[in-house]
Amino acid sequence: MIRMENVHKTFGDNHVLQGLNLEIPKGSSMVIIGGSGTGKSVALKCILGLIAPDSGKIYVDGKDASTGDRDAFLARFGMLFQGGALFDSLPVWQNVAFRLLRGSLKRPADEAREIAIEKLRRVGLRAKVADLYPSELSGGMQKRVGLARAIAAEPEIIFFDEPTTGLDPIMSGVINDLIREIVVEMGATAMTITHDMSSVRAIADNVAMLHDGVIQWTGPVSQMDASGDPYLEQFITGSAEGPIEAVR
Amino acid sequence: MTPARLLARIGRVVLTVLAAFGRVALFGLDALSHIFRPPYYPREFFWALLNIGWLSLPVVGLTAIFTGGALALQIYAGGARFNAEAVVPQIVAIGMVRELGPVLVGLMIAARVTSSIAAEIATMKVTEQIDALVTLSTHPMKYLTAPRVLAALVTVPVLVGVGDIIGIAGGYTVATQNLGFNSAAYLKNTVDFLELRDIVSSLVKGAAFGVIAAIMGCYYGMNSGRGAQGVGRATKGSVEAAAVLILAANFVLTGVFFSL
Repeated sequence: MIRMENVHKTFGDNHVLQGLNLEIPKGSSMVIIGGSGTGKSVALKCILGLIAPDSGKIYVDGKDASTGDRDAFLARFGMLFQGGALFDSLPVWQNVAFRLLRGSLKRPADEAREIAIEKLRRVGLRAKVADLYPSELSGGMQKRVGLARAIAAEPEIIFFDEPTTGLDPIMSGVINDLIREIVVEMGATAMTITHDMSSVRAIADNVAMLHDGVIQWTGPVSQMDASGDPYLEQFITGSAEGPIEAVR
Repeated sequence: MTPARLLARIGRVVLTVLAAFGRVALFGLDALSHIFRPPYYPREFFWALLNIGWLSLPVVGLTAIFTGGALALQIYAGGARFNAEAVVPQIVAIGMVRELGPVLVGLMIAARVTSSIAAEIATMKVTEQIDALVTLSTHPMKYLTAPRVLAALVTVPVLVGVGDIIGIAGGYTVATQNLGFNSAAYLKNTVDFLELRDIVSSLVKGAAFGVIAAIMGCYYGMNSGRGAQGVGRATKGSVEAAAVLILAANFVLTGVFFSL
């Protein structure tokens, strides 16, 4: 289980997180929604330790995320970045097997390559893609490779940062279905950041709406449409009228 | 402006400059310390060797040969004013080995390698590849910085040595083909005049300039701003800083080697 307690983070004059409290039960899929610049990615990066919160605590399975063996901590996570964040200088299979080629999870190159090809197949890519470079792939294929990399070491917790941004609706649907299948199949805890409501409905067990640096509403996805929360309702309907200012 | 405000403004500028030096110095020490601490990334190191060393050879060779040739012409023309044309071999040798070889190679490395390192790492930062490295349990200082700094430390002295030899060869070619110098006498004068200290100073300068060039590229890349403008600023800043620091380090090292 992941628990964030009263997390604050400020960049200059911008108070991005203003006492964020959130719980993600083990094995569940939590989707965080909210407008652009509301701190969704910052919250995710705080959990991973990529950004240090100014105050507050983050616990993973009851242990303080800021202490202990960092490598062992990060080995439990997989992450799909918004733009894929694939390494340009490495072929696709080495991107996917990056973690399996070095560090504590290191395996022989042949075995790592086989695992990479299997993971590529799992996300719907052919084996011949393995030897291409990221710049030779389309946006959708890069997302799939990023997804394959995120699951390559079979992590317990997977983060997805805007998994469908920049993709056409069909490819978005494919990626959403893949994420759902993989999370269920692996029994992983998932945290997804998105403002794509079709992703929310496809991926989420639970939803949290982040606004003004705090969670405005959280609950099961089945209760989202009847929440009665004006912020969430405005976000779902995409209306310019409501408590969320259209001009930010 | 009141004297107090002027003083405050000067103080702020001084503090800003000192803080910047402090940040670069801490980054440099951290980068150097990672060279000696596992894990090591040999593949990254060999790529950096290839990029910094082997692929810089053409530009270093061309710079050195034209500089050596021009130096021979200048010394001959200048020496003729007081009947000292015969010193061309000695002055070309000492000028190339002590000063022009290391400085020009250092500046060429700053232009070619520092800019490339800064642009590559800054782009990685902007596209979240650095964050991805961290989530994949890989320390960016070990994976990106340490191999490049070590490769520069190893290869730039070699490039300086090659540049010195090619520069002297440029001077030799001009002197023997255009200025009427005897080939054997030119070579003998060159070899006899150079001291071990000249060569050691040249190679030490090369090592120092290589480290400066690589560290500045990595520092600006790792600390770049967002977007294309951030990458552009990081690249420009890295080359400017590396060039100035190389010239400053050259002054200090020349003082250390030849004023003691």
